[in-house]
Amino acid sequence: MKKLFRSGVLLSLLCLILAACSGGQQSSGNGDEGSSGDSGKKKYAIVFKSEGNPYGEKQSEGFKKAVEEVGGEVILRAPAQPTVEGQISIIEELISQKVDVIAISGNDPDALQPVLQKAMNQGIKVLSLDSAVNKDSRMVHVNQADPERVGRIQIEAVAEMINFEGQIAILSATSQATNQNIWIEWMKKELEEPEYSKMELVKVAYGDDLRDKSVSETEALLQSYPDLKAIIAPTTVGIAAASKVIQDKGLTGKVIVTGLGLPSEMAEYIKSGVSPWMYLWNPIDVGYLSGYAAHALVEGEITGEAGDKFTAGDLGEYEVVETDSGTEILLGDPFKFDVENIDEWKDIY
Amino acid sequence: MEPRFEPRTISSYKEFSWKRVFLKWEWLLVGILLIIFFINSMLSPYFLNYFNITDATRSFLDKAFIVFPMVMIMLMREIDISVGSTVALSSVIMATVYSMGLPMELAIIVCLLVGALCGYINGYLIVKFKELSAVIVTLSTMILYRGIAYMMLEDQSIGGFPSWFTYFGWGSIATLPFILIVFILLSFIFTLLLHKTVFGRNIYAIGSNPNAARFSGVNVDKIKRIVYTLAGLMAAVTAIFLTSRMGSTRPNIANMYELDVIAMVALGGISTAGGKGNMYGAIIAVFVIGYLQYGLGLINIPAQILLIIIGLLLIMSVSITNLKSSRKLTIFKKKNKEQVL
Repeated sequence: MKKLFRSGVLLSLLCLILAACSGGQQSSGNGDEGSSGDSGKKKYAIVFKSEGNPYGEKQSEGFKKAVEEVGGEVILRAPAQPTVEGQISIIEELISQKVDVIAISGNDPDALQPVLQKAMNQGIKVLSLDSAVNKDSRMVHVNQADPERVGRIQIEAVAEMINFEGQIAILSATSQATNQNIWIEWMKKELEEPEYSKMELVKVAYGDDLRDKSVSETEALLQSYPDLKAIIAPTTVGIAAASKVIQDKGLTGKVIVTGLGLPSEMAEYIKSGVSPWMYLWNPIDVGYLSGYAAHALVEGEITGEAGDKFTAGDLGEYEVVETDSGTEILLGDPFKFDVENIDEWKDIY
Repeated sequence: MEPRFEPRTISSYKEFSWKRVFLKWEWLLVGILLIIFFINSMLSPYFLNYFNITDATRSFLDKAFIVFPMVMIMLMREIDISVGSTVALSSVIMATVYSMGLPMELAIIVCLLVGALCGYINGYLIVKFKELSAVIVTLSTMILYRGIAYMMLEDQSIGGFPSWFTYFGWGSIATLPFILIVFILLSFIFTLLLHKTVFGRNIYAIGSNPNAARFSGVNVDKIKRIVYTLAGLMAAVTAIFLTSRMGSTRPNIANMYELDVIAMVALGGISTAGGKGNMYGAIIAVFVIGYLQYGLGLINIPAQILLIIIGLLLIMSVSITNLKSSRKLTIFKKKNKEQVL
């Protein structure tokens, strides 16, 4: 009896693992059939910050589209939690699989350096997108927009919404998110201009890109600063959470929300006036551009040096430019979403 | 000479049988490990390769150092959920004193001391306030230690360690990763400590019946303090390897490590009711979870499916180890014996 029970348990475990594995392979798209049918195709891996992030999914979708256009095989990965430790393990696994290129949105700019250098030493091309890793850990970075413009434009917007007067707060992602921190720096610089003298930035709160934490941080802001006029959330999870809190508490019009959000998630709040308008670039385009940049790196069309040029499918020609923090490829200006155009975008992403 | 207390478990009265040896949970774990190796090498051509198999240990062995003392803690019916925060705090303090000009060698010693101190504080509080459960005490210190780490560094990171420091996380001795060699050495030390010394037997005595152990002259409080201090010390060892691997540190590293460690210990067959299980099971469980993660990673399984599989493995291990100790099985055994007769 005991033996029977044990072998039953072991057998069910075996089936389970097999089932999970086959299921996983299907969902990872064109995973290698059999074991050695991948000789011709180059492997393009993209690593996002964490699973279950709609922005990351759209970005990966664009990356996949580009890679399929150039005839490569795409591997989509992300850790379950937004941690560097998880990303390090994933990169190790990708190195073992001998992928040709790794595109990564880093959870930390510096802590991935040892493992990404290991990858580059083994001949794997490395680029970052969305959230940059430091310049020694990558060959080139694909930037969604000029960080200075992204930062300044949000202050300009919020000032217009509250008539250049009153308290504002920022609800960011994690406290070490690279891009958010750069934008917030530019926001603070913009606020030093004389026309904003009646505006005061009271707090930068961190919702860690988690819905529940962003909600409780928003509630805390409202309680601590009863005179708060506006919340800027330069992250898609944060802006949706803040908007929901404002709407649920019936503060529409009293506290204004703006920042960077996904049109599909924000359409409701833009129409109801919680957020008069907001900005974003197209994450699909960021992924798509990165896919072509990865292709150009693999084929040796570019090396990541300033001045290199390549063509990114439908998006046209791009050039690698030099910045203070290494070489970058800039997608373009952030795009404004308001009541006028939200309906045509909300179904797209 | 001190009076020795050597409890004889029921199993030591039983006659020897090969069948029982191989039906032990550790051997089932070895079986599961072999199945994982087999399936992984079927699914990915990159798995069964000496370099990859040894290199993969770098990813999952860092937190495994805490498994050793955690086995002892759970054998004594206690728990420590502050170890992840201890890793973060000792790493942050190591980096801070280094950036203030202390040589790296001394900074590493400071790191070990901070870890041991954090562990000692846990042990002291648990022994001092017996009415509080270990979960509550270590929950408070978990928040406290992480809070201190955040206070010291806020949102900054510190890096720029000397180049030899990367050896911990990335170095090898004759093709074997340095971390694996340290892990093997420490497994020997802790296995001997738990299974071949009076100290180890006392841990089992406390786990089987704390009151009986106390009345038999076992210094329960002292042993608890020592074991918790060891947990802090091993958390500091984890901090050194993890920091070396990342080349920099932040207050939010090693988040949720305590849960990973407890999962490894539970899978190793250590019962939370105390007194049951051994070091071998936990050591094998480390590799079971590690290679399961690595192998599924090689075929690019989404991370959440991996969590589901580990969860199911855990439920299985807990139910089997508890079934073994339940009365039903002793009835089975009696029946079996009758059949044999």
